[in-house]
Amino acid sequence: MTGGDAAVRGADRIVRGMRGDWEAVIGLEVHVELDTATKMFCSCAVTKGDPPNTHTCPVCLAHPGALPVVNQRAVEYATRIALALDCTVPPRNVFHRKNYFYPDLPKAYQISQYDEPLAVDGCFDYWSGDEKLRCRIDRVHMEEDAAKLIHAGGETGRITGSEYSLVDFNRGGTPLVEIVTEPDIPSPAAARDFLQQLRELVIELGVSECNMEEGQVRWDANISVRPAGSSTLGTRTELKNMNSFRFLQQALESELPRQVGILEAGGTVEQETLHFDPETGTTTPLRSKEEAHDYRYFPEPDLVPLAMDPAWVEEVRASLPELPLARVARFAEQYGLSRADARVIAGPGALARFYEAVVAQGVDPKLAANWTMGEYLAHLNAAGLEPGHGHVTPERLAALVRLVADGVVSTSAAKDVFTKMIEERAEPAAIVAKHGLGRISDSAALGPVVAEVVAANPSQVEQYRGGKRQVLGFFVGQVMKATGGRADPAVVNELLQKALDG
Amino acid sequence: MVDTMRLTAREAKKLLVDGEVSSAELTKAYLDRIAAVEDRVHAYILVTADNAAKYSTKVDREMQAMRGPLAGLPIAVKDNMVTEGVTTTCASRILHNYMPVYTATAVRRLWDDHVVMLGKTNLDEFAMGSSTENSGFAVTRNPWDLGTVPGGSSGGSAAAVAAGEALWALGSDTGGSIRQPAALCGVVGMKPTYGLVSRYGLVAFASSLDQIGPLTRSVHDCALLLRHIVGKDPRDATSVVAPAPIELPSAERLDGLRVGIPREYLAAGIEPGVRARFEEAVALIEELGGRCVEVSLPHTEYALPAYYIIAPAEASANLARFDGVRYGYRAADADDVVTMYERTRGEGFGPEVKRRIMIGTYALSAGYYEAYYGRAQRVRTLVRRDFTDVFGEVDLVASPTSPTVAFPVGARAADPLAMYVSDVCTIPANLAGLPALSIPCGLSDGLPVGFQFVGPAFSENRVLDAAHALETALGFTATPSLGGAEAALSQSGGAEAASPTGDAASAPPEGTAS
Amino acid sequence: MIGEDDVRHVARLARLHLEQDEVGRMTGELARILAHIDKMSELDISAVPPTAHVLDVVGVTRSDRVEPGLSREEALRNAPAVVDDCFRVPKMG
Ligand SMILES: [Mg+2]
Ligand SMILES: [Zn+2]
Repeated sequence: MTGGDAAVRGADRIVRGMRGDWEAVIGLEVHVELDTATKMFCSCAVTKGDPPNTHTCPVCLAHPGALPVVNQRAVEYATRIALALDCTVPPRNVFHRKNYFYPDLPKAYQISQYDEPLAVDGCFDYWSGDEKLRCRIDRVHMEEDAAKLIHAGGETGRITGSEYSLVDFNRGGTPLVEIVTEPDIPSPAAARDFLQQLRELVIELGVSECNMEEGQVRWDANISVRPAGSSTLGTRTELKNMNSFRFLQQALESELPRQVGILEAGGTVEQETLHFDPETGTTTPLRSKEEAHDYRYFPEPDLVPLAMDPAWVEEVRASLPELPLARVARFAEQYGLSRADARVIAGPGALARFYEAVVAQGVDPKLAANWTMGEYLAHLNAAGLEPGHGHVTPERLAALVRLVADGVVSTSAAKDVFTKMIEERAEPAAIVAKHGLGRISDSAALGPVVAEVVAANPSQVEQYRGGKRQVLGFFVGQVMKATGGRADPAVVNELLQKALDG
Repeated sequence: MVDTMRLTAREAKKLLVDGEVSSAELTKAYLDRIAAVEDRVHAYILVTADNAAKYSTKVDREMQAMRGPLAGLPIAVKDNMVTEGVTTTCASRILHNYMPVYTATAVRRLWDDHVVMLGKTNLDEFAMGSSTENSGFAVTRNPWDLGTVPGGSSGGSAAAVAAGEALWALGSDTGGSIRQPAALCGVVGMKPTYGLVSRYGLVAFASSLDQIGPLTRSVHDCALLLRHIVGKDPRDATSVVAPAPIELPSAERLDGLRVGIPREYLAAGIEPGVRARFEEAVALIEELGGRCVEVSLPHTEYALPAYYIIAPAEASANLARFDGVRYGYRAADADDVVTMYERTRGEGFGPEVKRRIMIGTYALSAGYYEAYYGRAQRVRTLVRRDFTDVFGEVDLVASPTSPTVAFPVGARAADPLAMYVSDVCTIPANLAGLPALSIPCGLSDGLPVGFQFVGPAFSENRVLDAAHALETALGFTATPSLGGAEAALSQSGGAEAASPTGDAASAPPEGTAS
Repeated sequence: MIGEDDVRHVARLARLHLEQDEVGRMTGELARILAHIDKMSELDISAVPPTAHVLDVVGVTRSDRVEPGLSREEALRNAPAVVDDCFRVPKMG
């Protein structure tokens, strides 16, 4: 199933058991909250952080007699995701009721999709290490989010030990897209890579900010193991409560040896749902078998089927932005970047756009890439900024790159200039002028410095003249230090050789 | 001055327009009548007397601003349509104190037309029943014989109109819940084509079958009320734009009208008296120029089983929201949420509602879906096709509305299946989503008999016209005497079975208009 | 044939508390009703498509525009138990 070089498998794919090698088979179910203005089936605002129960109506509180009506924008956003995942969008889809009782589900059924979802049969290509992998997408469907439950009394925030719970219906009914993969993911690390890159894709599509802290992206994983190289599918378990990429990987990494252990001891893996505890890094069964849900799906009679006009679907397809994977390939090709560099720069859309704006100023693409990945990305991370924000505009970074390329400033001086661009919010050229950070290549100016360095280090002069030519580097370094890195290395070399040889 | 037993809305409007009576006087006449007979009929769960008096006075005072075809006319509303500021109970303990925060679209349209609401009428709990004995609060009596049931589930609305306690009323019909009580109470009742009237604010029983419709004293009134509640509602995705406006009927002849009499409807258990009145009406249709022919709806006998899967299945989900979290009854002192749910619902719902939730849940549960729900949906297709085929040959289908006249209180309460059979002639129109109307066509042993027309989808004007012509020719003018109560109450036995929630049976809800 | 255990299981799914005598009565009633419903199995429906809906309309949606909803007071007005402007429910158990 893997794209690229299927024969070459990373060592991390193989789980070494007592009796042989095993491999993981992982599938994901990803829920994404859409950034629509209103909820999936009512006209209440979708908000974050407002006081509890201030965005509700008869529909999302499930008052008697209230009826759902589908949010057209949510359909459009979900279709964008489906098309970006290369899915087929059938001419019609149908909403079903998924029945279960829980206080955060006011109707006691979730309006979801079942056997006629929005989209089916897609795929998503992603990078894991140096390998490009392909994961088939089983389906993409629309549904509504549950409300927020707050467990109070006892140990705050936990179900166990709480005396009662509180329900805030502000979030209830927020549009969700559920993406279900085929079990094509070969390792916990690949699962993490898949999710990170899927999140980037969704952000790129402009349909969700995918804010992790606010739980705008959530996922469950299912995992089974099989003898390495086999094509059978083992009994799978379902893992829940992994709210960071790291926890996802950790949970899968702890579940793998557990299953291998059971199978090697001659046991059978029980199909069950496991809850990941980030504190202990282990999983525990969530509910026993007899409590297994019987959702009693049936077609939602309050909604008519949605007809997907093929012309409209094509319009949506045409409006999709360039997707990250295609952009990586284009950047490598167009700008002569290595695959690895292209993935760093072209993966996240905002950074890619910033980079292209820098290059558009007519500077060397490779040099621009070095600066974008190096100083600029470090600055964003340190300042907690999104690409394109802050005082370093593409024009200013391009100006700095040009100063380096033209030899006006040395690379090390340019790093100073970059720091001062942020502190002083000024143009690079102005900073170079103000702080005298330009490169010194005038031999009249450098001559006395060289003479001074030579005079101050007689023993090194001795070594050099005794044939240890590599000491020359030491002198260059001393001159650079004395000039704050501004000396032109070529001129310094020339002057030093003259002074030492002469 | 106002004979509430006979007055039609059309006549009442004329009195208002001619200045012979004010809206306040008209409203007071109904409130007086309610005060006089309600303790025998129990048609209402809540009478909003103060509100009605105040509002009718306001309509009189602001006549210039509050004009309109329905302005100032009093109406009764079945208590499964939510009304902001007026408790809505669905005749269920589980909603005994529920104060709606919004108003059903159909009711809102009438309020916007300055209609005066008299109160909320009784029903079988959550509209599940055919006798109004399943109410959690009181058993409504048939004004023609207080020992008999008014039919159901819109028994309160039908009895209110029949007893002169309302000029007209709104009901809802899922399997016959407007037409069967209309038949048993000797009034006109219509279930429109599915989608014609918004369901927004109608507390759902079976969403793919429910429709709101009028219960009136004449076909003309039926058309008048219907035309003011139809229309696409952006809040109900299953509501549609009516292909043509509802016209007020005027036909006197039925020349050229082809009427099909389905032989399957007459095959099963039609009482002789009902059959006789029906056949007389059929003869009248011929006299009026219509042509009656026998037709076949071959899947009729499967409609009832299909209905008793589809309706409970949808109901089991629709009634899941009554969980004691956001509104309504909550069982006291439950330690955990599951216990709270189970006890709230166990104590809050009556036996018939529980029975249907159980059937529906079972039919949808793992392993049974195809055998029950899936099969019922396919039978539904066959029932629809039957009608499509027949409407290729005839313009309307006619049958008795109910196989029997009103039956004694308690007579069928112990046997759910016997009760379900009451709806054998009405259910197919719900499964097929078709318009159907019942008019009184005479008496059998002193009790009214109903005559039903069913038409193709959106043929309301045709159905109303035919019914109007037949109604005129029939000249049914009898009115009930509100007798027979003592006899019925003494032979009781039914009274207990009819009080599904025990001690709550006679307790009216606390809510009042605000 | 439906038995008392089925009835208890279904009651659990429906979150419906039934007294012991109700379970017995319900079992008998459901068995009779289901026997009547089984009449449907006389029909060969293998080639018949299901009807979920009688309407021919499809694709009814609304635009993504915020409309005023309920005030917090209205939202909580009917609640059996309120704490901190939220609906209070017993512990999850
Ligand atoms: Mg889901
Ligand atoms: Zn809402």
